[in-house]
Amino acid sequence: MNKMHSALRELAEMDELAVRVSPIHALHPAAKLIATVAYILVTLSFDKYDLSGLVPMLLWPILLFALSGIQVRSCFYKLRIVLPLVMAVGLFNPFLDRTIILRMGTLTVSGGVISMLTLMLKGVYCLMASFLLMATTPIDNLCAALRQLHVPKMLVTLLLLTYRYIGVMTGELAVMTDAYHLRAPGQKGIHISAWGSFLGQLLLRSMDRAQELYASMLLRGYHQHFHYADIKPFRGRDALYLLGCLLFFFLLRSVRLAQLLGGLLVR
Amino acid sequence: MIEFQKVSFGYEKNRPVLRDLSFRIERGEAVGLIGANGAGKSTVMKLLLGLLWGEGRILVDGLEVRRDTLPEIRRKLGFVLQNSDDQMFMPTVYEDMIFAPLNYMLSREEAEARVDAVLERLGLQDLKHRYNHKISGGEKRMAAIATILAMEPEAILMDEPSSALDPYNRRVVIRTIRELSQTKLISSHDLDMILDTCQRVILLSDGHIAADGPAEQLLRDRALLEANRLELPLSLMGRSQRSY
Repeated sequence: MNKMHSALRELAEMDELAVRVSPIHALHPAAKLIATVAYILVTLSFDKYDLSGLVPMLLWPILLFALSGIQVRSCFYKLRIVLPLVMAVGLFNPFLDRTIILRMGTLTVSGGVISMLTLMLKGVYCLMASFLLMATTPIDNLCAALRQLHVPKMLVTLLLLTYRYIGVMTGELAVMTDAYHLRAPGQKGIHISAWGSFLGQLLLRSMDRAQELYASMLLRGYHQHFHYADIKPFRGRDALYLLGCLLFFFLLRSVRLAQLLGGLLVR
Repeated sequence: MIEFQKVSFGYEKNRPVLRDLSFRIERGEAVGLIGANGAGKSTVMKLLLGLLWGEGRILVDGLEVRRDTLPEIRRKLGFVLQNSDDQMFMPTVYEDMIFAPLNYMLSREEAEARVDAVLERLGLQDLKHRYNHKISGGEKRMAAIATILAMEPEAILMDEPSSALDPYNRRVVIRTIRELSQTKLISSHDLDMILDTCQRVILLSDGHIAADGPAEQLLRDRALLEANRLELPLSLMGRSQRSY
């Protein structure tokens, strides 16, 4: 199967994940959104050498995976293209920062290695948190929640349409690559001489289809409001979840959990 | 119900697609819009829906198509797009069907009742919670029609409703269209389908109306059809008359 067709199928699978039934899926999207943003901010706030402080932050995504019934494997599978890029962010740190900050017997670890690992962990955590949000919340509900949080209408519409158009563009790309390979047997990828026209055509075709799709939304009463999103009122359990998450993040940030546990074991 | 008064439109200057087009469609009429490629069939639909703007007046139920009247006009008109993939943008058939009723401020209970009624009427209950990317082309076309019926529009516009369907699904779509009581404007090259579903036909050619009359009469006029790059519907043509 054409890679683009698989990509299209995977995109559609995200929608399937988002409408599953679980305690996490049932939560109000605003609660999930705020918790995710808070998690990302707390994760990013750790110092570049604070690897031990960062490790316990993994507890939250693990808990969400368990409660939502979403497999960790599916997360890493879907993020397989972005993950290497995130991992590559701190790749040069070991060469730039050679200060030794840890000695374990004869083994020495430089600050560059620690900061590289910290950066990698931060990237992976943020991606996991974003994936969990998308996999447990339909995009329309998420947009409705953003509007409830007074995010500008234009921005929310842009987010919704971008999400929809990724699918449209991937679909067009799938058709075009099929058509190309049927007339270029044995060729791997798209020849560089065809890139210009290929990308131009892709843009034009995607724009045409995107316009049709948007017209179809307008003709069925879409006016940048999200009345159709299936959002229940913000209930006690949503507030409890949000407060619980915020408290948990605060604890993880302020209490040196890894050192505490390490201290207990050493003693 | 629908009226075009001297409507002209062109995508490029000095190259009009429609020239002084005037016609009127009464409430409850089923009208086929036929013509060769580029005759302006889809343009007529888009002008009617306010997706394009031309010169002249277009009236829907006495209301002129203007930017300020668009919400009301679009509520009266349901448009089934040629490509069902563009119509079905939500994850499941149910979510797509409930999209318009909720946008038109129906309560979720009312909207759900409407969706269920339409699905039952079309015999599509099995499709309700299916994912759009997992249903066949024929099912998707029927689901697209269902999404429009859930709006309860006063008139239904269809762009090539039978294209890319196998004979069975084509028959199902034709039967469904015939059973609809709303005003219908159907653009298609499938003249057999037009003959089966419409009482009246408007033949567009070179930006103007080449003929307007009863479908049974107009679609038997071989000379007229061939002069406009069309041909007799297969059901009216003997095997010996077919020329390839």
